[in-house]
Amino acid sequence: MSDASQLIDTEESETLAAREFGFWLFLMSDAIVFALLFATYAVLSQGHGGSQGPAGLFDLTRSGLETGLLLLSSLSFGLAVLALDMDRRWPTIFWLLATALLGLSFLVLEISDFRDLIARGLAPQENGFLSAVFVLIGAHGLHVAMGLLWIAILSAQLIIQGIDAPFRSRLLRLGYYWHFLDIVWIGIYSVVILPGFIT
Amino acid sequence: MTPDAEKRSRRNLLTGFGLAAVLTIIPFAVVVSGLLPSPAAYAVIALSALIQVLVHLRYFFRLERMAAARESIAVLAFATVLILIMTGGSLWIMFDLHHRMMPPPMTDLP
Repeated sequence: MSDASQLIDTEESETLAAREFGFWLFLMSDAIVFALLFATYAVLSQGHGGSQGPAGLFDLTRSGLETGLLLLSSLSFGLAVLALDMDRRWPTIFWLLATALLGLSFLVLEISDFRDLIARGLAPQENGFLSAVFVLIGAHGLHVAMGLLWIAILSAQLIIQGIDAPFRSRLLRLGYYWHFLDIVWIGIYSVVILPGFIT
Repeated sequence: MTPDAEKRSRRNLLTGFGLAAVLTIIPFAVVVSGLLPSPAAYAVIALSALIQVLVHLRYFFRLERMAAARESIAVLAFATVLILIMTGGSLWIMFDLHHRMMPPPMTDLP
């Protein structure tokens, strides 16, 4: 290998490392945004003035199903990264699509939860508590939707261009994003959903 | 990546998934069974969530393999401190305010 191409390789890996770190900074800021949405929820959780509160808001089976889907999608994303590490292009694409399918099912369930709530007259504008629920869970859902778009773009890129160093870095960053959303969901079912079933 | 390293990575991933699954089932089981009194149930939910976040960081994020591992962990620690100050502070202030705004009990009125 010539000196010039060696230099380019070093330069590239440094650029990618800087991007990974930059993306990590974004994720930590996003974590602070979600933490404040959780704090808003906690403050407003008593703000339902005797109308619909946390009890009986969600269906436990559906919430459990959503939780399972998201956790499985974290596993399938991990398997995609593993396949990429082994330079196996089509298995990587397969696991990415599996992740997208699981994420999409999660999102469909969540949207139908929201539709059910609104159909029961529990729209976000009803009281402060419901506003906080919709904003917190909606913000997470929007993140998942963005993640799905990102998975679609990277899958297309993998099919068209194949594997190279920048692609590995992009998939790694998408992985941080996806696993981060699962961590936020742990907070949502622990703080919002499960306490509604404790009498 | 060597087949040996692949095996290690796979085992790491599956261990993380197994632990996360157990730590998800525990809080759901506590709520479904309704066996625990509510303070204990809240404690189990909070503890499972906290441990599961650590499991995700350890097995899924694999912070030690990051390009700037030391800096990333420092940023994570700083974000954690900010989160604790901001959420803890908001809750403290708002619930204290709520407490002070409560009307006095009826029996105290003349």
